[in-house]
Amino acid sequence: MKLNPKEYAHMVSRASPPSPAVRDCLWAFFVGGGICLVGEGLRQFFLYWYDASLAGTLTSIGLILLSAIFTTLGWYQKLAAKAGAGTLVPITGFANSVVSPAIEFKAEGWVTGVGAKIFGIAGPVIAYGTAASALWGLLYWLQGKVG
Amino acid sequence: MIRRKDTVLFDKPPVIAAWAAAGGKKESEGPLAAGFDFLTEDAAFPEEACANWEQAESFLQQKAVEICLRKAGISRKEVDLALAGDLQAQCTASNYTMRALEIPFAGLYGACSTMAESLCLGASLTAGGVAHQLLAMTSSHFCAAERQFRTPLDYGAKRTPTAQWTATAAGACLLRGAGQKGVPVLSVTFGRVQDYEVHDINNMGAAMMPAAVSTLLRYFGATGTAPSDFDVIFTGDLGEVGSALLQEQMAREGLPLPNHRDCGCLLYDVASQNVQAGGSGPGCSAAVLCTHILPALQKGQYRRVLFMATGALMSQTTFLQGESIPGIAHCVELAGEGTV
Repeated sequence: MKLNPKEYAHMVSRASPPSPAVRDCLWAFFVGGGICLVGEGLRQFFLYWYDASLAGTLTSIGLILLSAIFTTLGWYQKLAAKAGAGTLVPITGFANSVVSPAIEFKAEGWVTGVGAKIFGIAGPVIAYGTAASALWGLLYWLQGKVG
Repeated sequence: MIRRKDTVLFDKPPVIAAWAAAGGKKESEGPLAAGFDFLTEDAAFPEEACANWEQAESFLQQKAVEICLRKAGISRKEVDLALAGDLQAQCTASNYTMRALEIPFAGLYGACSTMAESLCLGASLTAGGVAHQLLAMTSSHFCAAERQFRTPLDYGAKRTPTAQWTATAAGACLLRGAGQKGVPVLSVTFGRVQDYEVHDINNMGAAMMPAAVSTLLRYFGATGTAPSDFDVIFTGDLGEVGSALLQEQMAREGLPLPNHRDCGCLLYDVASQNVQAGGSGPGCSAAVLCTHILPALQKGQYRRVLFMATGALMSQTTFLQGESIPGIAHCVELAGEGTV
């Protein structure tokens, strides 16, 4: 065969269509922005009764609940297939990444399926998020000691 | 039987006497829908008490076998051997189908090349007299494959334009010895594994293309044939990206393929069915074989074709370990019914 891996890598990159960046970005911008708008709506609603800090927490909880409901109904995935980062980046994307394996792996049992696989996608975020916050905490503590 | 390099030529060609294809909803909306023997709107089969996607795939296989045997006019007890495989880990869709059928069984794994692999082996065994009636079959199920290889079905992710859509389909063929009614298998060529260091799991067509070229060149070299000797040269599941690469490379080799068609681009309407670069999965080429290629050979619309299915032979583990994706392609030469 008149081909070597290096040449082939060039051929493949020429033949492979790129993602439509402008269209993808517009989808991500408007859907991601829309989710944030819903969040802001929720926050204003909660501000009637609670202070800013508690209203913020309730907003996060509300968005997570909505994402879980949309995921269970199979709608979140359909929206995400177009919106990409617009649905991945907000807190709703994180909720989707926990709820979807919980639904998917129910067939393998509550412990060995749901329990074992529920953090299969979100796990790295939790692990490295915890590690980063511990590191930040240490720096913060040292900063207090020094000065 | 004569062996010329990697190609086995049958002087008394075994035949594919009967075949059947079963498919899901997306397949029922595709251009080959009319050729399917069984189609369902709900490939979860809740009414048949399937509890999960793995069982659903096995049920789809059973449907294909059932119809294939009915068309052949025989009962399952008359089958000497079944060769079957699928994408599920340890080929369980096939194993559980065979649990229900109780036919002597040998499991195969060739990823998306499984249909051609089973035909290559099946034709050789039938021509050699090892089996008189042999089932060659395979399947794939989008939902079973997604949860095993990618992410949960409800996980929100975007697919790249080079990704391919795993077909929810099963195909079954019944092979018989020479001299009987059916589509003759003139030769088979077992492929060699080719790895051109493609690492992108969302570009399987590119990963498998070198294997397709390798097998085609070996086949043409061994038999002294040229692409123009065939009505159509079918590849299994290179998709649009892999097909374009195949055309480019074959032209460089001095053997352009104007008569090339890819099963991944035939099963679906790539432009409108949101399958990105096309279909894939063992069920894809099996379904195109049983809904389009074999019927056309039976009716005399084609006189001679090559059916070459390609497979990507990585696993989720090797992919995560940073290994490149090896490919394989097995080729079956088929003739029009009654032409040999």
